[in-house]
Amino acid sequence: MTWTWFHRLASPPHVYTLAARLTPWFAWPAALCIAAGLWGGLVLAPPDYQQGDGFRILYVHAPSAWMSLMVYMTMAIAAAIGLIWRMKVAHAVAASCAPIGASFTFAALVTGALWGEPMWGTYWEWDPRLTSELILLFLYLGYMGLRAGIEDPQRADRASAVLAIVGVVNVPIIHYSVTWWNSLHQAPSVMRLAKPAMPFAMVAPLLLMLLGFTLLFVALLLTRLRSEVLTRERSASWIREVVSA
Amino acid sequence: MRAFLDMGGYAAFVWPAYAVTLAVIGLNIVWARRALVRAREEARRRLQMQGEAR
Repeated sequence: MTWTWFHRLASPPHVYTLAARLTPWFAWPAALCIAAGLWGGLVLAPPDYQQGDGFRILYVHAPSAWMSLMVYMTMAIAAAIGLIWRMKVAHAVAASCAPIGASFTFAALVTGALWGEPMWGTYWEWDPRLTSELILLFLYLGYMGLRAGIEDPQRADRASAVLAIVGVVNVPIIHYSVTWWNSLHQAPSVMRLAKPAMPFAMVAPLLLMLLGFTLLFVALLLTRLRSEVLTRERSASWIREVVSA
Repeated sequence: MRAFLDMGGYAAFVWPAYAVTLAVIGLNIVWARRALVRAREEARRRLQMQGEAR
């Protein structure tokens, strides 16, 4: 087996052009999935027998929460690869993840509060799931603050990578908080191995939204990665070609 | 249509939740694109300065 593809992934000009070429292949399917998911979730799915139409917040809340965790794992894995193999592009991936993850963590918290008020009678509770998700937001913000505070890019990469990796501890805590502790938050009803606890018309829009958000993340990441690679490569001659094009 | 907008009495919670999420999606797209435009402009300026210094 040859490892040329891996070495090519470490080459900034190759990554830049590859990212540019791949972006539309993720962006348009993402738009389609999210549009179909919104239609299905707001119009086609039947009201819940307990929560009525209030349960429709699920279709924006769960995908945002999924993004908050999936983006964090991507960021931490990229940071680890950057630390271990001293791969600049991996650090650029990690840095690109943070603002995306932070914003969707914010969306998960706000939509969760808007769901909590009518169903639990409170916008916020210092509950294990809610508190650990809030800590996730602070981890993202801390990561971005740390990067912004260190001028030397290599030192910023390394210091922020350590923070990202240490913060992984929080991910299983968020995920299992609803089973480990007595949480207000319900246990997962779709992401489980047994049959989902919802009829197809309710599950299908959710799966579309989850897929759409994931594709959107890839498209956003590829776009951000291009700007990260451009700013990191100060004086490379390949930049002349891509910038003048 | 009115029934749809009313969301079974949950309109005050459902619609803001959708609005916030869609705003986050929209802002992410705008931010990512703006960062790329800025990075390209900055790279172009850098190359120009290098060219003049020669």
